[in-house]
Amino acid sequence: MSNADYQGVFVFAQQVDGQVAGVALELLGKAHELAQVRQTRVTAVLLGHHVSGLTGELIAAGADRVLVLDRPELEVYMTEPYTWAMARIIHEYRPEIMLTPATAIGRDLAPRVSSRVHTGLTADCTGLEIQEETGNLLMTRPAFGGNIMATILCPEHRPQMATVRPGVMRRLPADASWQGEVVLLDWEVPPQTRNVEILEVVKAVSEAVDIQDAKVLVSGGRGMGGPENFKLLEQLAEVLGGTVAASRAAVDAGWIAKDRQVGQTGKTVRPNLYIACGISGAIQHLAGMEESDMIVAINKDETAPIFGVADYGIVGDALQVIPALIEELKAYKKQ
Amino acid sequence: MNIIVCVKQVPDTTEVRLDPVTGTLIRDGVPSIINPDDKAGLEAALRLKDQFGAHVTVLSMGPMQADVALREALAMGADDAVLVSDRAFGGADTWATSSTLAAAIQKLPYDLIITGRQAIDGDTAQVGPQIAEHLGLPHISYAEDLQLEGDSVVVRRQFEDRVHVIRAKLPCLVTALSELNKPRYMTPGGIFDAFRQKHVTVWTRPDLEISDDNIGLQGSPTRVFKSFPKSPKAAGTVEKLDPREGARAIVQKLAEKHII
Repeated sequence: MSNADYQGVFVFAQQVDGQVAGVALELLGKAHELAQVRQTRVTAVLLGHHVSGLTGELIAAGADRVLVLDRPELEVYMTEPYTWAMARIIHEYRPEIMLTPATAIGRDLAPRVSSRVHTGLTADCTGLEIQEETGNLLMTRPAFGGNIMATILCPEHRPQMATVRPGVMRRLPADASWQGEVVLLDWEVPPQTRNVEILEVVKAVSEAVDIQDAKVLVSGGRGMGGPENFKLLEQLAEVLGGTVAASRAAVDAGWIAKDRQVGQTGKTVRPNLYIACGISGAIQHLAGMEESDMIVAINKDETAPIFGVADYGIVGDALQVIPALIEELKAYKKQ
Repeated sequence: MNIIVCVKQVPDTTEVRLDPVTGTLIRDGVPSIINPDDKAGLEAALRLKDQFGAHVTVLSMGPMQADVALREALAMGADDAVLVSDRAFGGADTWATSSTLAAAIQKLPYDLIITGRQAIDGDTAQVGPQIAEHLGLPHISYAEDLQLEGDSVVVRRQFEDRVHVIRAKLPCLVTALSELNKPRYMTPGGIFDAFRQKHVTVWTRPDLEISDDNIGLQGSPTRVFKSFPKSPKAAGTVEKLDPREGARAIVQKLAEKHII
């Protein structure tokens, strides 16, 4: 089989508890763009149980077709049954491109699938485009904590597989008038895919705040000095209608929960406004926030790397600047 | 019980700094370390050894310098070390790396294979699951806790908003998060043994039964088309002001950009 036998851009439309992951919708937006260049269609792959109600959302986000495999064995994510389903879809439908969210599920599933179907996989891509001369997918990803970018090709194998982290691509405005085809697959999941047993599912009890959804993030680092000073960040966030985030240093010190962490080992964010308070700006942190529309940095150390990405920086003690900033913002609002 | 722990020697990227003038990486004097997730995997194996008795083999693929990382693992308490090293294995992407490591693992007895979730220089998290696939074994990734219960492992598998407690029968592969534990230090006696008494076995191309199509650059489905330094963002303004003036200046900027 040659590369020309593989057609179409496929997206693994991750759902958990009947909720489509936002990043899956973002990937459908990107897939739509790639499919237009390749003059082909976008297919969303939906695996789970009692999930057929989600197809409309996927079509509105850019899918021309949704393949649904609705089986009780797929209700809760397990590596092997999902790998089996994805590999069979690749064998039968032969996509040229397969995009998968770089989530804790996607980063488990995609490597296993790529290994089984013998193709390349590029992790955590920040850029995807079609190479004009060859029609191949150019997959750009950060390396070494985000300083070096590498563009990867998968010239001889299909599908070309890539994972993309949440918040990197932009979803299309949902359009309920879009038409799409829904294909219900009637495959049985073979019992030999059941080699592990889920004894318990423990959902995190922390208040559900997703820093990736915030338009304004007030983020604190080591320079905040201690957990008590994060109350200042809460107050500033409240005045701005934002959410509190943090650097790895603050999370590792136990000042704030891990789900607030921005950066390479945390979350990638792109809010309208990112205020970095007492964050020096390790490259791993910058990799997670530098795409923010506007970055304001407050730091005592004028050589801190955070000033290299900041649109506006104040050299000063965050613990003194923030209370003044809260007052000034309140005064501005009263005007 | 035989446990194989895969480790990678990586530059300590937390030490990597940017040259403020050229914007490129300063790599001079950056120390090499055992990748943190792998080290947590090794510690998990050593704890099982302490608790139940086990033979722990550390396995690495890389240049001969990776010998140092393996000696550190021996000094921590690993029993054996194997370094897979040959120019023929160079230039491998994750697919070829995992197939090479799987070929090496097939020469060794194993009940449990532990890898780190991901390496800090590549951050792909692909090699562990891919080794399991090449060996036809079940795997559990993102382990934040690992216990042995009879002929099975019970793993707390981390997701963004939840944990699955998963039981898998041996043999299987587990990928470890650095949150799993706090790795022990090498002991002086351990260091002495590791560098004077113990031996790092080196396997080269002829030692592995694997096709040329599955190793090195030739066996890699992906190719690096180009690499380039990240385009620096246009520099903004940085001012040294007293807190009150600074606060006013920020408010003014936010108002100019219509953010407030």
